[in-house]
Amino acid sequence: MSPHLLVAPIVLPLLVAALQLLAGERRQRLAVALSLASCLALVALATMLLLATTQQGGDGALAAVYRIGDWPARFGIVLVADRLSALMLLLAAVLALAVLPAALARWQHRGHYFQPLFQFLLMGLNGAFLTGDLFNLFVFFEVLLAASYGLALHGSGARRVSAGLHYIAVNLTASMLFLLGVSLIFGVTGTLNMAALAELIPTVPENTRTLLHAGAAILGVAFLIKTAMWPLGFWLPRTYAASAPAVAAMFALMTKVGIYVLLRLSLLLFGDGAGPASRNFGSDWMLWGGVATIVAGIVGMLGARDLGKLAGYNVIISSGTLLGAIALQQPAVTAGALAYLVISTLGIAAFFLVAGLLAPEGEEEADDALQLEPYEPMGGDVGSAGLYADEDESRVVIPAPVAMLGVSFLACTVLLAGLPPLSGFLAKFAMLAPMLDALALDAAPRTGALALFTLVIVAGFCTVIALCRAGIQIFWAEPERRFPQARVTEVSAIVLLLGLCLLLTVGVQAPLDFLHDAARQLHDPANYIHGVLPAAGASP
Amino acid sequence: MELVLAIAIGVLVASGVWLLLRPRTFQVIIGLTLISYAVNLFIFSIGGLRTGADPVLREVAGRIDQYTDPLPQALVLTAIVIGFATTALFLVVLLTSRGLTGNDHVDGGDGTP
Repeated sequence: MSPHLLVAPIVLPLLVAALQLLAGERRQRLAVALSLASCLALVALATMLLLATTQQGGDGALAAVYRIGDWPARFGIVLVADRLSALMLLLAAVLALAVLPAALARWQHRGHYFQPLFQFLLMGLNGAFLTGDLFNLFVFFEVLLAASYGLALHGSGARRVSAGLHYIAVNLTASMLFLLGVSLIFGVTGTLNMAALAELIPTVPENTRTLLHAGAAILGVAFLIKTAMWPLGFWLPRTYAASAPAVAAMFALMTKVGIYVLLRLSLLLFGDGAGPASRNFGSDWMLWGGVATIVAGIVGMLGARDLGKLAGYNVIISSGTLLGAIALQQPAVTAGALAYLVISTLGIAAFFLVAGLLAPEGEEEADDALQLEPYEPMGGDVGSAGLYADEDESRVVIPAPVAMLGVSFLACTVLLAGLPPLSGFLAKFAMLAPMLDALALDAAPRTGALALFTLVIVAGFCTVIALCRAGIQIFWAEPERRFPQARVTEVSAIVLLLGLCLLLTVGVQAPLDFLHDAARQLHDPANYIHGVLPAAGASP
Repeated sequence: MELVLAIAIGVLVASGVWLLLRPRTFQVIIGLTLISYAVNLFIFSIGGLRTGADPVLREVAGRIDQYTDPLPQALVLTAIVIGFATTALFLVVLLTSRGLTGNDHVDGGDGTP
């Protein structure tokens, strides 16, 4: 494998986006072809990186470290690919490849420069997954956020602009906190390289350790805003519901970027090697924050009146579950959490696409959301007699698209709620079973882990309730409801996403083994540190 | 000098947070700008404050009392550029919102629920 392969996932979307900008808005076919080629190439690149990381055997060595400009790690910026990075790269590439056709169907003509913005978003995502430097992480976060501002506003309209305004204001504030945290950490340690930081943290003198912790906490708050932890996540449901469905499907990955960074930094900087004063710093906050987030997500989901918001609160529940699970810092739980991360991202993305298809086409300009009927316990003037009186003998023929949408909706429900037999259940099981083991061994904080365990199951139950209610109202309660025509590309996107989840159900063993290796690698940061800083022992 | 700088940063952040929580979009953007000034000053000061010191070693390699850390300056430059770009983008969204809703309330309404 060429060493320069590691920088390709960042450079490729950048080049493609630049070419698309040069080609201009009129040559749509060229832009689309370039986008598709870029996404296909990214999937291939990510697969190659993933395979390279699996060939390391069980020793947990890094797949590749790329020193930009060949400067030594402490002075230059490094890109690092370990199993987790490769996994996230592949997830981003696959999601982009699946979402792109859906965007082609009707959304890319609703505004300008959809394709270049999409590529810039991919560049930012890939960069954030690969970088090994805190300030570089900030830069890639800004790249992906700037692209996401453009995408969130794509299609314009008062509702979208108003939601986008909040989204941008919240994220600009988060960026300021990010900078404050990074600069505090730099002030204490004198480096921003993650590996060098991990090496330095045990040796930080006591009088500046509080400052380091303050910096890490401020930095953590910035990521928790992206992750939408309660009470920092009120921006999320409105923004995601207002975005175009294809964009919202891609945004399903954006909260996972926050999770990725928190997982990486909490294990690298404040893992077992961080010394007694800094060990497990912040993990209690993450655990209880995750628990509170799940509760907030359940309440919001049960109260949500349109499908977009329903999906948004599902994103919040999944964030809370992941936050709690990674805060337990058990390798087996982390592996299960990674499986849950993949499945919930794919499932929620598919759900956003289905919700977009179910929205009535004509009403889009006035109000994009699919409004569910207001709940009337007495049924109004349609009494119980009325329900049965107009029952017809002739069979209602369900046209094919409706059947397809119904099946997809059902599959999404089963996936998101974590019911057997689909992979959502397997992922939740892989996460919850080790949690019980940890509880039995007293390896995890007892009350927190129990609360998390209970709430994950309750959240699954409430997802079933909320989605069944929505499904009944959409598919059964309104026989005269007219469904918009689904185009082949949109349907293919949903089929691809759900098919992947199905595939992961059938062949779950190999991915799960890989995830266990990835979690083990994360919980043993010595490999990461020595991979990035080869002369770690020699330097002062 | 440290005291003056610390007070300046504190006043900027306090004013910025106050304005950020106001209901008009213009106040929000001014608040964000003030906070970003404060953050830039903060980054600039983390390398330690020295008057008249160069970010390069001029005389002898050992004399670091005459030397100021160049890295925070590089960081603050990046932060200024990015902050400027995102603020400009926010300004465009703000104007669009003003055009679409006809008023400058952050929720798009006139402030009454």
